[in-house]
Amino acid sequence: MSTTAKQNGLVKWIDSRLPIFTLLDHSVGSGYPTPRNLNYFWNFGSLAGVTLIVMILSGIFLAMNYTAHVDHAFNSVERIMRDVNGGWLIRYIHVNGASMFFIVVYIHIFRGLYYGSYKAPRELLWILGVVLLLLMMATAFMGYVLPWGQMSFWGATVITNLFSAFPIVGEAIVTLLWGGFSVDNPTLNRFFALHYLMPFVIVGVVILHIAALHQFGSNNPLGIDAKSDKDKIPFHPYYTVKDLFGIGVFAIIFAFFVFFAPNFFGEPDNYIPANPMQTPPHIVPEWYFLPFYAILRSIPDKLGGVLAMFAAIGVLAVLPWLDTSKIRSTKFRPVYFWFFWLLVLDCFVLGWAGGKPAEGIYVIVGRIATAYYFLHFLVVLPLLGKLETPKPLPSSIAAAVLGSGAAPAGARMEKP
Amino acid sequence: MLKKLVLAAGLTLGLVSGGLISGGLVSSARAAGDAAPLPNQTWGFHGVFGTYDRAAAQRGFQVYKEVCAACHSLSLVSYRNLRDLGFSEEEVKAIAAAYKVTDGPNDVGEMFERPARPSDRIVKPYPNEKASRAANNGAYPPDLSLMNKARVGGPDYTYALLVGYEKPPADVQLLDGQYYNKYFPGMKIAMPQPLNEGQVTFADGTPATIANMSRDVTVFMNWAAEPELEKRHRLGVQVILFLIVATGFFYAAKRRVWADIH
Repeated sequence: MSTTAKQNGLVKWIDSRLPIFTLLDHSVGSGYPTPRNLNYFWNFGSLAGVTLIVMILSGIFLAMNYTAHVDHAFNSVERIMRDVNGGWLIRYIHVNGASMFFIVVYIHIFRGLYYGSYKAPRELLWILGVVLLLLMMATAFMGYVLPWGQMSFWGATVITNLFSAFPIVGEAIVTLLWGGFSVDNPTLNRFFALHYLMPFVIVGVVILHIAALHQFGSNNPLGIDAKSDKDKIPFHPYYTVKDLFGIGVFAIIFAFFVFFAPNFFGEPDNYIPANPMQTPPHIVPEWYFLPFYAILRSIPDKLGGVLAMFAAIGVLAVLPWLDTSKIRSTKFRPVYFWFFWLLVLDCFVLGWAGGKPAEGIYVIVGRIATAYYFLHFLVVLPLLGKLETPKPLPSSIAAAVLGSGAAPAGARMEKP
Repeated sequence: MLKKLVLAAGLTLGLVSGGLISGGLVSSARAAGDAAPLPNQTWGFHGVFGTYDRAAAQRGFQVYKEVCAACHSLSLVSYRNLRDLGFSEEEVKAIAAAYKVTDGPNDVGEMFERPARPSDRIVKPYPNEKASRAANNGAYPPDLSLMNKARVGGPDYTYALLVGYEKPPADVQLLDGQYYNKYFPGMKIAMPQPLNEGQVTFADGTPATIANMSRDVTVFMNWAAEPELEKRHRLGVQVILFLIVATGFFYAAKRRVWADIH
């Protein structure tokens, strides 16, 4: 607890009865020791948290003006855009916020992949992250259905139909999702209810994610454990101010899309009211699902495709045990470095293929990219850990950052 | 530190723009039916400071009213919204009063007709989709309220379609009620060429060429689809300027706080 806060009598009185100030201090305050060498890729966790809050707030205001009924949903969204004060701003923040959220979270995930943040002892922290990704995807999918445009309706039809691939229980699951025998008003109603519920489930899992993070503290670009106080600095003020700067940069990019390219990420077809009698020529999910959509379509068998799509996320959950290397940071893994960037490239190729019609060269490219995706996790990572010779690790964070022998300057995490 | 920052920003931008490209390439719904690539037009409402040309939008409304409105509804726009385009309250009242709407039931339980008021939505040419299909050879003239947002290419598409009617090439077989337009997906469209030279008379003396009328009605339709655009651009400039200044302060604060660590 910082000394100034402790001096305040009221704060002391409250904190001794309800230790919220202590909790805050240990979470994002001076009482949380953090590696001194975190780079800007460590900003994306706080950015994801900020985006979650932005999404929940804008979503609540949208819900006040939205009508979850097939006859009124589309027009109620247009009413928000045209007649509700500031409605266009709230909706464009929410719509673009979804894309921003996925950009931030995907970078956050690749940060974890690059610096080995999933490795012991942070396996559960990582798995909670995978759970968060799944929850986000479900929430985003259901949110996209709510405006009840053509892509809402047909996207919902395609995605919910996937579950029918499961033997025996498949049809029952689909009927349960639809609340009937096709995507219709009951589907829209339950999707709205769940779309409102899920963000709060996400908040709950985020709290677990942060609790797991604080057990061992942040990983760092060197991937070695912070040992002495010289390796650490207090979260506040160092990382609070750094995160604040990151939020500023992020807000500028976010605002650019909201104000000057609000429909950039969207599909024009979704400004056509849903019409169950007319299939759009080309049904595509939102961009953030495209890599998974490509994997789904790469397997010629329906059940196989669905299983592969879920496996693409499932394989992330078991990643801590697939990667046999004890070295966390790619900085010291000269061979893995190339495989990492190959995986990044592979994901972009998957995204590109997923947005194309399922024909000709796009299918072939999608299949090769899908094959590499699984090859990377199931073959390359287990073998590479055994075959690769890592570069020598520095003795400590402080030694690497400040140069060996240099007297450690400035702040450090003193023992209480 | 700045080097690292640039590196991080570069990587982030790379990832983001990669995502954008794969996102942007998605919009290939046009690929499903082949169509000629849309020529790029310059529009006064594009760009950071873009606004709607009031005179063009008013002329465009005239084209909509006298030509398009015979078949196409504009159901999300009310007469009162026309004030955005520079029409006065009296003008809007007069425009609305020329149309009849069914209201009611009245005190004796009967529906009655009355002149439209500014608060009414723009009156539809047909009471419902069935009626409009019956009157149009089975085709349904779509509502135009969101047309400029609902097609890949937006205003460029609307404009290209309106000026894109041509004699069909020899190898193209058209059925009855089909017309050739190379910008329409599939190139066969059920809408006959809507605009012809001199079809409307503009009060401001603008020659009523097909290109002029098409441009003006496209501006009007863009306003109908994005009536918030001017407000959005104005607020956007203010918000982003504010954020840049604030972020500058945050960066200065960050440098200051971290000064004793490096």
